[in-house]
Amino acid sequence: MTEQQALYNYCIHLGDNALIQSYRLSEWCSNAPILEEDLALTNMALDMTGRAQLLLQYAGTLAGKGLTSDDLAYRRNEPEYRNDLITELPDADFAFAMVKQMFVSTFEYFLYSALKASTDSNIASIAAKSVKEAQYHMAHTTDWVVRLGDGTDESNRRAQEAVDALWPYTAELFETDDTEAMLTAKGIAAELPLIHTRWQNYITGTMLAARLELPANAYHHTGGRKGIHTEYLGHILTEMQYLQRAYPDATW
Amino acid sequence: MVTIAMTRPQVIDLLSTIPDPEIPVVNISEMGMLRDVIISEAGCEVILTPTYTGCPAMGQIEDDILTLLKREHIAPAKVTTVLDPAWTTDWMSDEAREKLRKYGIAPPVHSSCNHGCFTSNDIRCPHCNSIQTSMVSRFGSTACKSLYKCSSCLEPFEYFKCH
Repeated sequence: MTEQQALYNYCIHLGDNALIQSYRLSEWCSNAPILEEDLALTNMALDMTGRAQLLLQYAGTLAGKGLTSDDLAYRRNEPEYRNDLITELPDADFAFAMVKQMFVSTFEYFLYSALKASTDSNIASIAAKSVKEAQYHMAHTTDWVVRLGDGTDESNRRAQEAVDALWPYTAELFETDDTEAMLTAKGIAAELPLIHTRWQNYITGTMLAARLELPANAYHHTGGRKGIHTEYLGHILTEMQYLQRAYPDATW
Repeated sequence: MVTIAMTRPQVIDLLSTIPDPEIPVVNISEMGMLRDVIISEAGCEVILTPTYTGCPAMGQIEDDILTLLKREHIAPAKVTTVLDPAWTTDWMSDEAREKLRKYGIAPPVHSSCNHGCFTSNDIRCPHCNSIQTSMVSRFGSTACKSLYKCSSCLEPFEYFKCH
């Protein structure tokens, strides 16, 4: 694998994470429990669409075949998607959405904080913009996790169920593969073990404040980085890619 | 070889008449989005930076810039989007902040967004200048604003988040 291929894979991985999160957040449009949350979730989705566009655009440049961010978003099938599985899980309820987003946005806050120092100037500049947004998403969803966990018996029960269901998907965020190892050695990608420690500390503190408990089970799902997904990604792409599949190259 | 009839400061002045499509009371220069203009033998290049990564106004602003330059016969012209350095509300001019306040939007209070901007308890109401305000929603009608209310004059208002 050349460095250029590794960098392409890395951008696709980060870009797909942003894109699929954006899709799930957008589903809350007009469905959130209160109007303010409708605004919040769609604003967060917008930030992530922007980030996905930047990363996929850069990946397209690296691929060198004149690929655009739209080509990469709309013309790849699920085995070619490299997002972590947690991002594609459907939201069972609002608590599930908040716990999931808190887990992922906290990860992204620490990841992009580190990537600001990437030796690849494009990654560094995308990170410098993304970290400010991820910090805001992290703060917002942390507030909600604490409010729900430390709320009524019902909200605590739902938040705890979400933590239990989502926890087995969190370790995948910190997986390292050949791509990551090569880029980390060159200072392009971030040191994931370090980020894992910071993430774990933050999550532990939040769980304590929210009267929630992390499950003790050790089993963890994996596969996203190899293109092996849950059944949900296919359904997402079916809807997201419909127009470009039915009317290739349609513009408006 | 191309000769552009205007100087760099003249082009910047010209482009500074373009309003922010979402907050038309301020222009793209005061907002800190217009970073530079480069006049060379190749033509006129406008350097632009987005406020937020998903800012939906970018396409509109680019169109506005190219339309205006075309009208002034400045050709060839192109717009280049840069991300580095990342846009910050620190770049907003004092004039822009005052315009926002008069328009009913509380300007960003912190000099930088990197720390402590999530617990902004010191946002002044743009209508009555009271400090007795509270946040209603962290997110507002656009990515750059959140919603507040004033308990002195009872008016709701938008706050331009520090970023």
